[in-house]
Amino acid sequence: MTDKVFPGESNTGHVWDDNLRELTNDPPRWWTIAFWASVIWWIVYGIIYPTWPVSLEGANKGLLGWTQIQEYQQGVAEIQAVRAEFEDQIKAKSAKEILADPGLTDYTVASAKVLFGDNCAACHAAGGAGNPGFPVLADDNWIYGGSIETIQQSITLGRQGVMTSHGKILSGQEIDALANLAVNLSQGKSDPEGMTLFTQKGCIACHGPEGKGMQVLGSANLTDSIWRFMPGGFESAKYTITHGVNDGTDPQTREAQMPSFKDRLDEAAIKKLAVYVYQLGGGQ
Amino acid sequence: MSEEQRKVDQAGVDELYAEAEHWHVNTGGETIHAKRVPGKWRNLKWLGNAVWLIFFLGPYLRWGGRQAVLFDIPERQFHIFGLTVLPQDFWMLSLILLFFALLLAVSTALVGRVWCGFFCFQTVWTDIYTWIEDKLEGNPQQRRKLEKAPLDGRKLRIKLTKHALWLIIAVLTGISFAAWFTDAFVLWGQIATLQASTVVWVVIAMFTAGTYLLAGFMREQACFWLCPYARIQGVMVDKATALPTYDYRRGEPRGRVKKGESETNRTTGDCIDCNQCVAVCPTGVDIRQGQQEGCITCALCLDACDTVMDKLGRDRGLIRYMSLEELEGKQPVPLWKRGRVWVYTGIMSIALAGVAYGISTISSLELKVLHERQPLFVLQSDGSVQNKYTLKILNKTNFDMEVAISAEGLEGMVLVGAEKPVTAHSSNVTATTVFLRVPREELESDSQPVVFHIRNLKNEQFGAERESVFVGPRH
Ligand code: SF4
Ligand code: SF4
Repeated sequence: MTDKVFPGESNTGHVWDDNLRELTNDPPRWWTIAFWASVIWWIVYGIIYPTWPVSLEGANKGLLGWTQIQEYQQGVAEIQAVRAEFEDQIKAKSAKEILADPGLTDYTVASAKVLFGDNCAACHAAGGAGNPGFPVLADDNWIYGGSIETIQQSITLGRQGVMTSHGKILSGQEIDALANLAVNLSQGKSDPEGMTLFTQKGCIACHGPEGKGMQVLGSANLTDSIWRFMPGGFESAKYTITHGVNDGTDPQTREAQMPSFKDRLDEAAIKKLAVYVYQLGGGQ
Repeated sequence: MSEEQRKVDQAGVDELYAEAEHWHVNTGGETIHAKRVPGKWRNLKWLGNAVWLIFFLGPYLRWGGRQAVLFDIPERQFHIFGLTVLPQDFWMLSLILLFFALLLAVSTALVGRVWCGFFCFQTVWTDIYTWIEDKLEGNPQQRRKLEKAPLDGRKLRIKLTKHALWLIIAVLTGISFAAWFTDAFVLWGQIATLQASTVVWVVIAMFTAGTYLLAGFMREQACFWLCPYARIQGVMVDKATALPTYDYRRGEPRGRVKKGESETNRTTGDCIDCNQCVAVCPTGVDIRQGQQEGCITCALCLDACDTVMDKLGRDRGLIRYMSLEELEGKQPVPLWKRGRVWVYTGIMSIALAGVAYGISTISSLELKVLHERQPLFVLQSDGSVQNKYTLKILNKTNFDMEVAISAEGLEGMVLVGAEKPVTAHSSNVTATTVFLRVPREELESDSQPVVFHIRNLKNEQFGAERESVFVGPRH
């Protein structure tokens, strides 16, 4: 019937809506060529690369023997080759020498960021911002010293704060007076009476004749405006004097312990962390 | 369908017969051998083609010791004469693209596919390729004859010459393309000594293959079936768009010139049905069937028909640039009354203004300041508050600069870590860390503005500033 309605036209005989019909024109030649070219491409690809499943284990191996895991490992190896140059230098140099080389410092800081997050940030907070009871690492106040060597030493060996609990040694009045002194010193005010008591009671043995602390002992500098134990001020100072720090005889004593990282991290990692902490803002 | 209805539909069916007669889908089964006829539009087409000389010759322009226009992708910088554009300025590129997209739209709305007909690389390269073919193999009849002729020495010689010339153009196209992205003279040296990089070889090979296949073999098929622009032009054209159009009122009924019939009392229209317009059409379109998808508006059929009219002493312009409205006998709408033109021009002006603004404010030195967030601030032992900042200095010039950093904004503020000038490396971002310290008493709120300045120590004209904040404890 279609032939009668549309003479001489090669159509499939399917007609819809009176005159919509399917023609049997050849597709463009270039299209046919492109079609067969892509079929051939697919076959060649399938021979060279793993493509079709051959067993329950997976696809054919492919002539090139390419695997994803290999490509991944190559990528990792490439990165490691780039890093190796820096890592070797870090191993060979001291932390101080690393700091003298800006390019190497940049690399060290970037790679130590993760180390710091994994090992340090739990107590010292990200960026060394500090937490109550755990010192801020980004400020210029260092209990044990802020040179790169001492920082490295603190990380390697750890630190133990020591202060005797004075609750049973001193009277309540004396403790109040000394806590007051601590507040005054931190604000730069003079307090001769307090200083006398400070000298008499032996506080100077650790905190020094002027209350400036001694970094070898790790005793706090009382004359700066930073408090070792937050929130600082009279009540904090009173508590510290009464119960001491790490004093086993006093169950309420303050805790101030930095673990040693000697056994947990290798020397290069500790060096990296020292450099990282040093450049947070307060390195001296 | 009832018998009666079938009768009524007879007229419609007749129309379908007529349609079926013209039912011609050009799928490239047969090469189109277009005749070349000289004329005004042919000359214009040559001019359009000539625009592409910029593509071939542009890379050899020098400016200030380097290639005048160089898109240096590995170094991520574009040099355009004295201007260097870094990725940071790329927002301008989107405006430039917007401008050209609309230029395409507005030109299509006014005069149809001028891009296709006169400027498009597909039609330009095809035109050059067929020009070579015409010179070597002769006119369309001779070409068709040669195609059917058995392979002898002469045919082989002609064919080899043709394909060699085509390939030379194709290779030159590839090299010229690559030359925009790397120093052209160095590139030629590398090619001559076979030392070019794999990327360069691959680019040249792809462009060679693409040019050879598309201009040599695909030709109008690319316009028909591959090019997306050919498909969207329909929405850009309206009834006021001037297009090469056959004036059927004048031409019909067409008929051959009869011997002895005088011009004054002929019964036919102006069209003598000589098929010259079809013979010259590079896409094999018969323009007398009206504007259609295959037409690239190259206007070559205008030349052909005008030549015929001249011979007959009839008025030129049986085929001419004309809008559908004109064809229907209406007055053409003046440009300034067409909404499309206004909208397109408006957007184009905005894009151009944006680019002009960008280029005029492009600076050689840029400063970004990142305020440290962990921690936001640190209390110092002397009672001051410290903030940490990472300064990113972008130096867009081609020389290193010693820049001094300073900051202002708060009483008693001290800048630490910027005692020595920083070396801002050329065409690069240099990062440096600095600290600001402010006595706590001086802080008026927990966030106050501060401004960082950088300036080149040797040449004060290079400088930049950036605002940031100083954060302190809660008040
Ligand atoms: S019909 Fe005329 S304007 Fe259109 S492509 Fe053919 S020659 Fe060019
Ligand atoms: S060239 Fe002109 S006269 Fe000849 S067929 Fe085409 S429209 Fe008619």
